[in-house]
Amino acid sequence: MGTFIVRRLLVALGVALTISVVSFMLLHLSGDLATSIAGPEATAEQVAQIRTEYGLDRPIVSQYLDWLGGALQFDFGRSYYYQSTVVELIVERMPITLTLGGLALGLAVCISIPLGVVAALKRDSWVDRLALLFAVVGQAMPSFWFGLTLIVVFAVTLKWLPAAGSGGLEHFILPAIALGYYATPAMMRLTRTGMLEVLESDYIRTARAKGLSTTAVIFKHALRNAIIPVVALAAVELGFMLGGSVVIESVFSLGGLGQLAWDAISRNDYPVVQAVVLIIALFYIVLTLLADIANAALDPRIRTR
Amino acid sequence: MTVSTSTPTRASRAPAAGGRARALSEVPLPPPAWSRVTRKVFGHRGLAIGLVCVGLAVLIALFAPLLAPHDPYFQDISNRMVPPVWHDKGSWEHVLGTDKLGRDYLSRLIYGTRISLVIGLVAALISGVIGTTLGVLAGYFGGRVDAFISYIITTRLAMPVVLVALALASLTGGSLTTVIVLLGLLLWDRFAVVSRSVTQQLRDAEYVYAARTLGCSLPYILLREVLPNIAGALIVVITLEMAHAILLEATLSFLGMGVQPPLPSWGLMVAEGKAYMFFQPWVIAIPGVALFVLVLAINLLGDGLRDLNAPGGRN
Repeated sequence: MGTFIVRRLLVALGVALTISVVSFMLLHLSGDLATSIAGPEATAEQVAQIRTEYGLDRPIVSQYLDWLGGALQFDFGRSYYYQSTVVELIVERMPITLTLGGLALGLAVCISIPLGVVAALKRDSWVDRLALLFAVVGQAMPSFWFGLTLIVVFAVTLKWLPAAGSGGLEHFILPAIALGYYATPAMMRLTRTGMLEVLESDYIRTARAKGLSTTAVIFKHALRNAIIPVVALAAVELGFMLGGSVVIESVFSLGGLGQLAWDAISRNDYPVVQAVVLIIALFYIVLTLLADIANAALDPRIRTR
Repeated sequence: MTVSTSTPTRASRAPAAGGRARALSEVPLPPPAWSRVTRKVFGHRGLAIGLVCVGLAVLIALFAPLLAPHDPYFQDISNRMVPPVWHDKGSWEHVLGTDKLGRDYLSRLIYGTRISLVIGLVAALISGVIGTTLGVLAGYFGGRVDAFISYIITTRLAMPVVLVALALASLTGGSLTTVIVLLGLLLWDRFAVVSRSVTQQLRDAEYVYAARTLGCSLPYILLREVLPNIAGALIVVITLEMAHAILLEATLSFLGMGVQPPLPSWGLMVAEGKAYMFFQPWVIAIPGVALFVLVLAINLLGDGLRDLNAPGGRN
């Protein structure tokens, strides 16, 4: 187990470093940053001035090393647009995105696991069909459009919930539904598949044969085993949702990390963009690492792979 | 109906003796190949619906100039925000109404099919070539090559796609071509994962071993022995990635970083209608439903193809 964790940690570190290199290079090489920052009306002198002012005229490798050195000490430089450092901006916005992600994941878990279990128990019944329809619809629904539809129905027509902003918890309900539905189909299907496989296994037959009640068989024996991969998937989905929050936060003007990133992208505020990309990637890396370790702890066969 | 799309390896499962396969083998005289295929297709409702809808979308895209009642770019400022025909103030002149610049909504929707389908197809092809190459090499050689390519795949999976795509589209000044190339370069991970695991199973197959023993060249083995045998699994991934690319393009365009106006991208139509959605909800409902139906149809097609490939994986 020890070597497994060390090996995974090393891979995670490497991946984080690679992503920092790749995102830095992509942003610096896919266009001329100085021209983008200066805007379409800038003169050649202004562009040249910005190039030297922001240090964009230096070799890209030394620019990267400087940035990485800062990033390792939680210093991502200053925003080009706001009068504050990138870290201040991120610390200020992070709670909103984490709340949104946590609520969305909670919602997705509360819907997908019971639905998946019932669908597996009542295989090919109308519940099963309804659950599959729910999943198929969720996979095809553009999340930004689903968010707008929620606003039109629940905020404008029914006036139950606010349409935008980030005051109290009520502001998070619609965005969490929009984001959570996105993660539900995969988790529901995995729960269902897992339950179907487990229910056909020998130890469940034994548990039933020795006269355990159906509830005990389902909850104590079947679900506990079927849920292991779902827990791992939930961690991965949370990582995806933090990345996908850029869409939902702009739809609901939620003012978290995602909206910060979108605003930064439209304002050519690249220090912020770089930092947010790296931080969201780090979240994903840590979450998958934890999921891997949890999986390996629960299922020793994984460790030897 | 099918297994989860999040477990692509399942597509690679060898066909087990599922109910349908057994039923077919009991038929005394096998019917001609084509009618067997059509029976399989139409015996599976999801696949049939998906096939019909995608076929319709392709026809609409191909014959857009003949089908569109108006020029999708023609602005008629005196006829702005006309509601669709089922509305009290609607008229048959503009069946789905007009947008804020007085452009015919139905015509824009019809031309928008072209954008979505082209993006889906070309992006899936680009990512298919990248992902399959990486996956086949990793699966065939194993060892260090596999470790290295798996590392690249892990790295790619940890990158927040929407964010990176948004930033790059904004830097390269989003256009149809850049969006297609960007999505193609970003969405290859599932191709790589699936082709890697399927190739691993094929690596030691007897016919591959035979080809090696006969001294066939490496490209020959990979292209003529391995590739045809993983094609079935890849076709399923192509449909899923098409759907993925179409949704992502719509998202990028909705956020203003993708396809630029005046092109009639469905995501852009939703973005342009957003300001009017409170009083005229149809302006976002119509392109949104179109997007939903197309993506749903492609997913149904992919799920159905997976079932045809591996009837045992239906649980």
